[in-house]
Amino acid sequence: MIMSILTAAEAIPDTRHICYHCGEECRDEVLHADDHDFCCEGCATVYSLLKERDLCRYYAIGGAQGISPDAAFYKGKYDHLDQPEVFAKMVEFTDGRLTTVYWYLPKMHCSSCIWLLEHLYRLNPAVRSSVVNFPEKKVRITFDTPTLHLSELAALLTRIGYEPYLSMDDLSGKKAGKWNRARLYKIGIAGFAFGNIMMLSFPEYFHLGQNTSDQNLRTLFGILNLALSLPVLFYCAADFYKSAWSALKGRYLNIDAPIALALSCVFLISIYQLVTRTGPGYLDSFAGAVFFMLVGRYFQDKTYAGVSFDRDYKSYFPIAISVLNDGSETRKPITDLRKGDRMLVRNEELIPADAVLLSAGAMIDYSFVSGESQPVEKRKGDTVYAGGKQKGAAIELEVLREVSQSYLTQLWNNEAFATEKDDADKSLAARINRYFSMVVLSIAVITFTIWFLVFNNPETAFLAFTTTLLVACPCALLLSSTFTNGNLLSVFSRNRFYPKNASSIERLAHTDAVVFDKTGTITLPDDAEIEFTGEPSTHDELVMIKTLVGQSSHPLSRLIAKHLADVPASRRVLTGFSETSGRGMAAQWGTRIVKVGSACWVGATVPEHNSGQSSRVYVAIDEVVKGYFTIRSKYRPELPETLAALHRAGIRTYLLSGDRSADRNLLAPLFGPEALLLFNQKPEQKLDFVRELQREGRHVLMVGDGLNDAGALRQSDVGLAVSDDINNFSPSCDAIVEGNQLSLLPGYIALARSGQRIIRQSFTISLIYNILGLSFAVTGHLSPVIAAILMPVSSITIVAFTTLASNAAARRYLKN
Amino acid sequence: MSALYLLIIASLTVALGFLGAFIWSVRKGHYDDDYTPSVRILLDDSEKP
Repeated sequence: MIMSILTAAEAIPDTRHICYHCGEECRDEVLHADDHDFCCEGCATVYSLLKERDLCRYYAIGGAQGISPDAAFYKGKYDHLDQPEVFAKMVEFTDGRLTTVYWYLPKMHCSSCIWLLEHLYRLNPAVRSSVVNFPEKKVRITFDTPTLHLSELAALLTRIGYEPYLSMDDLSGKKAGKWNRARLYKIGIAGFAFGNIMMLSFPEYFHLGQNTSDQNLRTLFGILNLALSLPVLFYCAADFYKSAWSALKGRYLNIDAPIALALSCVFLISIYQLVTRTGPGYLDSFAGAVFFMLVGRYFQDKTYAGVSFDRDYKSYFPIAISVLNDGSETRKPITDLRKGDRMLVRNEELIPADAVLLSAGAMIDYSFVSGESQPVEKRKGDTVYAGGKQKGAAIELEVLREVSQSYLTQLWNNEAFATEKDDADKSLAARINRYFSMVVLSIAVITFTIWFLVFNNPETAFLAFTTTLLVACPCALLLSSTFTNGNLLSVFSRNRFYPKNASSIERLAHTDAVVFDKTGTITLPDDAEIEFTGEPSTHDELVMIKTLVGQSSHPLSRLIAKHLADVPASRRVLTGFSETSGRGMAAQWGTRIVKVGSACWVGATVPEHNSGQSSRVYVAIDEVVKGYFTIRSKYRPELPETLAALHRAGIRTYLLSGDRSADRNLLAPLFGPEALLLFNQKPEQKLDFVRELQREGRHVLMVGDGLNDAGALRQSDVGLAVSDDINNFSPSCDAIVEGNQLSLLPGYIALARSGQRIIRQSFTISLIYNILGLSFAVTGHLSPVIAAILMPVSSITIVAFTTLASNAAARRYLKN
Repeated sequence: MSALYLLIIASLTVALGFLGAFIWSVRKGHYDDDYTPSVRILLDDSEKP
C-alpha cells in the first residue's frame, strides 16, 4: 500500500477531507491509501489491518465510524496483565487452555463495532469467540491461553481502537454487578402464581359449586391456591419484608413496612378462612399485588443499566505503571508501589502516587485534581502529587508515599464520602404514606372495635379489620411513585440527563440553590476567543505562524490554527523545527527564524499587571517580538439564558472555580447581584462552601465536572456531573448530564417538580379507590371478587395516569 | 365433576412447563442483553464482503 503524507494546504481548498476510518475532518494532515483519506497514522493502520483480513465490510455497515486508536499506546503497556496475580483477577474463567474475559470497552458505539468485535477471530485465530453485550459496552472473549497472552489480547483491542477499560477496581476484586436475574425469577414466579390462583378462584367469583358434592373440589382449590401463594410470600415478597425489617431496626417507617403488614394480614386471613372453611381467602389479590409491585420496581431499575455511578479514584487510576529496576523497565501493579520505587510516567499518563521528580523538568496537568486548566511546570526535585498527568516527554519519579496514603486518596477519604445520602424515609411517597398508614390503621381498629363491642360480632370484626388493611394496601401508593419516577427517569435519559435513582429526582425537585464549577462545566472545551495584540502581521508572517502551529498538537496551538482558518498553511518544509514541551517551538523559514510560545521562550517582557487572566502565546520573528495571542476560554452561549431561567424559578446561583479569577467582570452580571463568585477554590473549600449553604437551610445542586469536585458533589443534595461520555466517567454524583444539554437544567428541575405534583395527584386517585373499597370493607361485605377487581383496576389506572401525565409534563418542560 | 381433577393437573403441568422455560431462559442469560441480538441478526457473516 502506498501512502503519501500531504499537508492540509496541498489539498484543494474547498473540499474538506473526511477520514475514511473515524469520520472526522482531517485537520492536520491527510494520508492517502486506496483512494481513501485518513486523518492520522492510527486510523490508516486500523484500515490496513482490517483490509488485510477482509474485514472492510466494517465500513459498509450503516453509521460505521471507526475509532482512532489511542496514540499514547506503546509496546509493553499491558505486560503486567501476564503476571499470575493480575491475570487471575482480570479473567472470568480459565482452565489453563481456554480463558474467558469479560471486558468493558467504553469506545464501543455503533452496530459496526458489534460486527468488528465479534469477528476478532479473523484478526487473531487464537480468539475462539467474542460476544458483545452492547448496552453494557462489554465483550466476552474466549481465547486459547498458551497461544495468545492476555497482554496481547489487550494490545490487539487497543490497536483497532477499542482500548479495554482496566482499572484498580478490577484488581481489588470488585466485580461489576451482574444484571439482576433474581428479580426476573421473582416476577416470573409471582406472575405464574397470580394467573393460576385467579383461574382457580373463578368458581368462587361466580358463586359456583354450592352443592355438597363440590365441597371436595373447593377444598382442593383452596389447598392449591395456598400452595401457589407460598413461594410468592417466601420468595417473591421477601425483599419487602427485608426492607421493612431493616427500616424498623433503624427506628423509622419506610414505605415497605405497611406493605409488609398488609401482605401478612391478607395472607393470615386467607389461611384462617381456608382452614375454618368460611371463605376462599384473598390469595389472588395477594399474589397480584406482589406481581404488580415487582414489575413496577423492575421498570424503575432497568432505566439505569449502562450508566455508571459511584466510581472512586481507583477507577481513574491505571492498574500498573512502569517501574525502573537497575535500568530495565517492568510493569508493576500500582498497589505494589513502595516508597523509593522509581517510576516512569509517559505522555498523558496519570501519576498514581505522590512522588519526587527525578527528570530535569515536567509539565504536569492537574486539571483532574484542582480544575486548573493549564499545566504546571515542575523542576527536578519538586514534589509531584498524585492525580497529575504528564504532558510531553516521559519523566522519571521516585515514589514518596504509597498510593493509599497519597493526597488524592486522602481527599476521597473525607467524611462526605462516608455518609450515604440515604433519605428513603424523607421521600414524598414515604411522608404521605406515614399519614396514610396511620389513618388506615386507625380506621381498621375503629371498625374492629365497633363490630366487636357494639354489634358483638367477633367474626365480622376480624374480617372487616383485615379486609380494611387489604383494600387500603399502600401498593397503589408505591406504584404511583415508582411509575412516575421510573417514567421520568426514562424521559430524562432520552434528554441525556441521567439521574441516579428516584430519590435523586425528588431532591432535584427541592433544589433552591445551584453552584457551578467553572472549569469545563460552563466553558466550551474546544473553542476559545482569540485575539492578537501587537503590530499587524503581514500575510506572509501569518502563513509562517499558521504553518508552525500546525506542527504542534498542543491545545493552544490547535486553537490558534483554528483561529487562523482562513490563512493558508504553506507546503514549504520547515527546517530546524524544535518544540520544547510547555514552552514553545521554533523553526527556520528560509533565512528567518520563527518562534511561538511563552513569554520567556520568545524573550518578551511580561507586563506586571498580567495576573494570568488568560493564556498568552507570544510570536517572535527574527528575535523581534511581534505580539501575542490572547486566548480566553469561551462560555457556553446558552449560559445567560440558563441562568436567567434559574433565577425566574427562584433559584440562587453561585460560582466556584479552581481557576484564577479570570472573567469576573464578565460573569458577575450573569449570575445576578446577590450571587457569590469565588475563585482559586481548593476542593476542600468547595466542599465547605456547599456545607455552609446547607446549614442555611438551602437545598444545593452542585454542577461539577471532575474528580476535583467529587467532595462537593457528594456533599451537595444533588451532585450533577457534566460529562460527554456517560460511561467513562462519574465521581460520586447523583446525576450525569451531557455538556451540551446543560442549558436544559431549568427544564429538568421544573420536570422534577411536576413529577412531585403527579405523585400527589395519583395519590388522590388511589384514595378514591381506597374509599370505595373501604366502604365495602368496614361493613364486612368485601367479597373476594370485588377485591380482585378493585386491585388491578386501581393499579392500572395509576400506571396509565402517571405515564400520561409525566409524558405531558416532559413535552411541556423539555421541548427542544 | 371428576374430570376437573385431570384438567387441573394438566393445566398446572402446562403452566409449570412455561414457568420452567422462563426460568431456564433467564438462567441462560437470554434477558441479560435485550439489544445486541436484534442488531447481530442483521449483520452478514459472509466470508467475502
